[in-house]
Amino acid sequence: MTVDMLIDWFATIGDFPILSFLLAVIISGVPLFLIMALNAMVAVYVERKVSAFMMDRIGPMGQGPGLHAGKWGLLQTAADAVKLLVKEDTVPETSDKFLFKMAPYIIFIGAFLGLAAVPFSSVLQVADFNVGVFYIIAVGSIGVIGIVMAGWASNNKWSLYGAMRSAAQIISYEIPAGLSIIVPIMMAGTMNLQEMIHFQEGNVWGILPNWIIFNNPFTFIAFFIFFISAVAETNRTPFDIPEAESELVAGWMTEYSGFRWAVFFLSEYANMLVVSGLAVAGFLGGWQSPIPGMFDTGAWGLFWFMGKLILLIFVMMWFRWTFPRLRVDQLMHVCWKVFIPIAMFNIFGVGIWKLIFG
Amino acid sequence: MADMVFWIIVGITIGSAFMVVQSKSLLYSAYALLFTFVGVTGLYVFLWADFLAVVQVVVYVGGILVLIIFGIMLTNKITSVNISHASMQKSAGAIVVLGFVGVLGYMVFNTPWVELANAEPAQTAESLGHLLMMDYLLPFEAASLLLLGALIGATTLSRKEN
Repeated sequence: MTVDMLIDWFATIGDFPILSFLLAVIISGVPLFLIMALNAMVAVYVERKVSAFMMDRIGPMGQGPGLHAGKWGLLQTAADAVKLLVKEDTVPETSDKFLFKMAPYIIFIGAFLGLAAVPFSSVLQVADFNVGVFYIIAVGSIGVIGIVMAGWASNNKWSLYGAMRSAAQIISYEIPAGLSIIVPIMMAGTMNLQEMIHFQEGNVWGILPNWIIFNNPFTFIAFFIFFISAVAETNRTPFDIPEAESELVAGWMTEYSGFRWAVFFLSEYANMLVVSGLAVAGFLGGWQSPIPGMFDTGAWGLFWFMGKLILLIFVMMWFRWTFPRLRVDQLMHVCWKVFIPIAMFNIFGVGIWKLIFG
Repeated sequence: MADMVFWIIVGITIGSAFMVVQSKSLLYSAYALLFTFVGVTGLYVFLWADFLAVVQVVVYVGGILVLIIFGIMLTNKITSVNISHASMQKSAGAIVVLGFVGVLGYMVFNTPWVELANAEPAQTAESLGHLLMMDYLLPFEAASLLLLGALIGATTLSRKEN
């Protein structure tokens, strides 16, 4: 349900252009925000549990009568949310107060704009752009500005180092991610996310779904390069040198507390959603069913999209708890000397493949 | 409705551009530039240039602006450097500005603007690609060679001699 569709529908009821525009924006924006909040709350709980199981612990649990975290520790996430909201909101004395307060909003806007183009199903998408893929890549870079702003405004060495590392990392990894997402664009011949997903209908060799990842060897490689670069772009372990707690306390987030920090957190998890959403739409068939021709009507689209999304987010958590953090030079080596040459070779390869077999 | 949004975007663009020039702090200027770029993106959207709008965000917000801020922050001993910029040669500047406004105004009022019917072009990216790869291939390749030369030159200049 795009904003355009809502506006058109309101126009059939009556002629109130401004009111219907605002109403359409609210109707499509509020659920998006709820998805962000819900995603962060669920993901925090899942992250705790996943990390616990991977380390052979049990994670948050209910511990008898009195104050405890509910069955299976389910209340832990509610306690987290309440704690963050009532925590004292500190602004350092020597910080640049205006920029310090502004930074969380910029980062949030970056994440929120990206989420607006994610195709949750064939109808559930806030904005269906002609240049959707490129748009998501583009608004991802707004967050960098916010991160650098937060790091500088904090007036703290750790924050500044964290922000600079983060900017260098995100800008570098945008290149392999961008070059890899060109591969599905070349295959489908469109940058529109819905058309790209429609391109992936049907099956290949009668068994595999006709997803772009299974189309040819080059797209297969491109998916992994894109996904790893996307993890690096979200600043998550093993690519979390911007907030490496053993070196920089918490990097650019060091001076933040309470609600402002919660906004950073929300945006980080929303960014995971956005990049996974792009990976699912570009390579894994979007809302198409993995069994071609079965379970692909109506709400099944939403189910499959969310299923694939959750799978990818789980893989990101898996990364986080199984790999040690990379050093700065290793990180740049992987990006510039490994991923970018392979990604460029991929583009060339897909071009040849399309000429011969397409 | 569209008119109102257009004027809001114009307001943001011009207001933030004024902040860029007026702000005493270099970093504040850089951050105000963010809103100018976003405003210009909005103007591109109004011209149905969706691809160009996104390119504007990628190149200017994601690339150039981050590089500017990065440059300010990488400045050695950032705390001791006075990160500000002042206006100089105001009278000479005013003459240049007035002359420029005159030329631009003459151009705006004397160009026979073509007013298109309110029709959305289907795929701007596709036609752009056709133009770049077919009709204007040579200038396109020449521009990329120039950029490559600039890149190699910048790297050579910034390397320390062994």
